[in-house]
Amino acid sequence: MSKLKLVLGIVAIAFVTLTAVSCKDAKTDKNNSTEHHSEMNADGDHSKMNHDNSDGHHDGEKKEMTMNGNGTSQAVLNDYFNLKDALVADDNAKAKNLGAVLAKSLGSLDISKYTEAEKSELKEIIEDAVEHAEHISESDIAHQREHFKVLSKDMTDMVAITGTKVKLYEQFCPMYDGGTAWLSTKEEVRNPYYGSKMLKCGKVQREIN
Amino acid sequence: MKIVKIIAIVLLVAFLGIQFFPVERNQSDSVPKTDFMLVNDVPSDIQNKLQVSCYDCHSNNTQYPWYNKVQPVAWFLEGHIKEGKAELNFNEWDSLSSRRKASKLRSIIKQIESGEMPMASYTLIHKEATFSEEETQKVVKYMENLKDSL
Repeated sequence: MSKLKLVLGIVAIAFVTLTAVSCKDAKTDKNNSTEHHSEMNADGDHSKMNHDNSDGHHDGEKKEMTMNGNGTSQAVLNDYFNLKDALVADDNAKAKNLGAVLAKSLGSLDISKYTEAEKSELKEIIEDAVEHAEHISESDIAHQREHFKVLSKDMTDMVAITGTKVKLYEQFCPMYDGGTAWLSTKEEVRNPYYGSKMLKCGKVQREIN
Repeated sequence: MKIVKIIAIVLLVAFLGIQFFPVERNQSDSVPKTDFMLVNDVPSDIQNKLQVSCYDCHSNNTQYPWYNKVQPVAWFLEGHIKEGKAELNFNEWDSLSSRRKASKLRSIIKQIESGEMPMASYTLIHKEATFSEEETQKVVKYMENLKDSL
């Protein structure tokens, strides 16, 4: 009988061991296929929504990405605005993808034409913004919005240095996290922090040319 | 019964076998000058709390209890430490720009307030790492003041 117990005990330990090991493997796998995974999520979510609409968005993204030269602040801003729109639409999966896209375009932003002081400032902004964008690419929507808040501050500071080709509106929602701003290309308010819950909460607090 | 025995023996051998795979220990004798405690004037009770609750995964020095030296627990832990340090390393605090410090502090506050950190799988074994309500308030207030002073 005690022999049986011993055997069972060993089996139990071994089982736990193998489970933990395989958990670890599964985790690395998940990391490797994050992008793929979120794409699948995106499809899953889209099927719940209006198909035409989401397809249209996809086309728009692609066009914008090819139209704008890589490495420019305008490319970064475009990716930021796409991300903002996904948050306005409460689309967690899409925001994940676009967070990854933004992290990439931030990483390839060319800062060689700026002064030394501007360069170091931009470097810090990019470093911070990349981290937030990466977090957005792997978080639930509440977390995405938290990171988007700080990301918006980074983008505003970036624009202060790089300038912008298109007119921007800095909008402000007094309700989210003690008051929070974001940037938009349109004057009308569409709130990325609340989405459909409070779509029009906020006001334009500044115009940036 | 015979099959069970064979399986058990195989698994036992596997268990013993993996003990020989080395794990990179997260241990260091010296605390760099950039350490959070060295560059900030941190009250001793908060220092202590951070040390116990955060530094195992968010610094270059982990306190290893015996079971963390046994595989596969050590592997599991190693992964967490790697991830934790990539996210935030208190030892390298002062190498961050003010902008990044503010971001990190914001995350620290959010994660402690929401109870996301310390992780449940960690406090399960390290009971003393859990934040009481009072400790949460104290640490959060300290971090908020620090953020405002940046």
